[in-house]
Amino acid sequence: MPPESLRCKECKATYPLDARYVCEQCFGPLEVAYAPRADADPSELRRRIQSGPQSLWRYADFLPVAQQPGTLAAGFTPLLRADRLADELGLNEVWVKNDAANPTHSFKDRVVSIALARARELGFDTLACASTGNLANAVAAHAAAAGLDSYVFIPADLEEQKILATGVYGTNLVAVHGNYDDVNRLCTELSAEHDWAFVNINMRPYYAEGSKTLAFETAEQLGFSLPDRVVSPIASGSLFTKVARGFEEWIEVGLLDGQVPTFNGAQAAGCSPVASAFQDGQDFCRPVRPDTIAKSLAIGNPADGPYALGLARRSGGSIDSVTDEEIREGIGLLARTTGIFTETAGGVTVAVLAKLAERGDIDPAERVVVYITGDGLKTLDCARGTFETWEIDPTVASFDQARERLAVAA
Amino acid sequence: MAISVKIPTQLRTATDGEATAEVDGDTVGEVLDALYERYAELRSRIAEDGGLRRFVNVYVGGEDIRFLDGLDTAVSDGDEVTILPAVAGG
Repeated sequence: MPPESLRCKECKATYPLDARYVCEQCFGPLEVAYAPRADADPSELRRRIQSGPQSLWRYADFLPVAQQPGTLAAGFTPLLRADRLADELGLNEVWVKNDAANPTHSFKDRVVSIALARARELGFDTLACASTGNLANAVAAHAAAAGLDSYVFIPADLEEQKILATGVYGTNLVAVHGNYDDVNRLCTELSAEHDWAFVNINMRPYYAEGSKTLAFETAEQLGFSLPDRVVSPIASGSLFTKVARGFEEWIEVGLLDGQVPTFNGAQAAGCSPVASAFQDGQDFCRPVRPDTIAKSLAIGNPADGPYALGLARRSGGSIDSVTDEEIREGIGLLARTTGIFTETAGGVTVAVLAKLAERGDIDPAERVVVYITGDGLKTLDCARGTFETWEIDPTVASFDQARERLAVAA
Repeated sequence: MAISVKIPTQLRTATDGEATAEVDGDTVGEVLDALYERYAELRSRIAEDGGLRRFVNVYVGGEDIRFLDGLDTAVSDGDEVTILPAVAGG
């Protein structure tokens, strides 16, 4: 199933598989089109997957690159059954895909792996990106591992943890006075001026394909079967739509039986252009100026918003938003019931899961998969002030006193 | 009013390779109309139903016109209008 061309999602015009992302005819986004898969043999495909490496490269048959770099293997992260979380929400079967367990602790290792591999095939020696933080970490690290130069552009007010965990890799770190959408506009202009592989601009068709591996892994880890429902965060909408695409591709080739799950998208109320459009029955997103603690989702002008809306509606799902307070509660709920500490984006996702459960949208018999896309150590400020520490002298008496005091308080 | 319009690379086949164009107009809509006048092919590429196609972003001095007055956004001498694809990022 080799990649055949880049194809416009709007007018279907086709282009060669080079570094481009926009249809010259209608300005629509381009995506990778593959040769027909009608003659694929599911059991042979399954054998090839299962004998592959313990990384996303085991799905190479479904990815748009021929050469796989050997460095910083991403993917094959744990899928954990979260019975205590399910109990608390009155659900039966909830699984958590913990993508914080990647080399730079977010799902962005997946998309960067594919973008970098394709960038090398196309002869680029410099990687670049516009980032809300997680992508910055991943581009800096993967470029370092591969020996490429890199330029990473971030909003200057990003969480300190994300800035430190980017600069350490020796990238050219550019902090822009503006929000993500300003950074993105700047990088869109710069991508025309420099011969660099901007992973989420001129390499975006390849980059986006990396998110399909979240669906492939989930299905494989569930014994080559489908979930009934997926709850996933939405920033640009790329991950949300590509996870669905991954399930569709495996249904098409016969690796999975059934239909595409119901897709529920999760946004922060302080940046919810897609959730608002969903509520208003619109098929386009009015851009917003983000104001939320969920900075990794703070894209006010989401490129794949229209497609995310289509997917939520087509699959019988929804797109909901939650407040900063609910996000903090979501982080706490996941931590208390699963032992997984997620960043704010995961808090958004868990809070939306809780909201759906409370609203009665989820049948208790459903198998639900929740995508946790990043690590709580990247947004530590959100945990501050949410618990009490026992401060004592190093004596047994002091410990007993503290324990009594806390018992009374509880 | 002389307004400078920056043309993205993807549209330069419609502008004889030009990266910028100087046109007159008092609003973004008038500026774009003047641009279509000069480069007829541009209209079919980025305009739709009297507005803009949904994957086209237009900025005045770096500000998205959807945060201003859309195509009615006033422009004055020396302003810079930038046309960019909306599909980047994320």
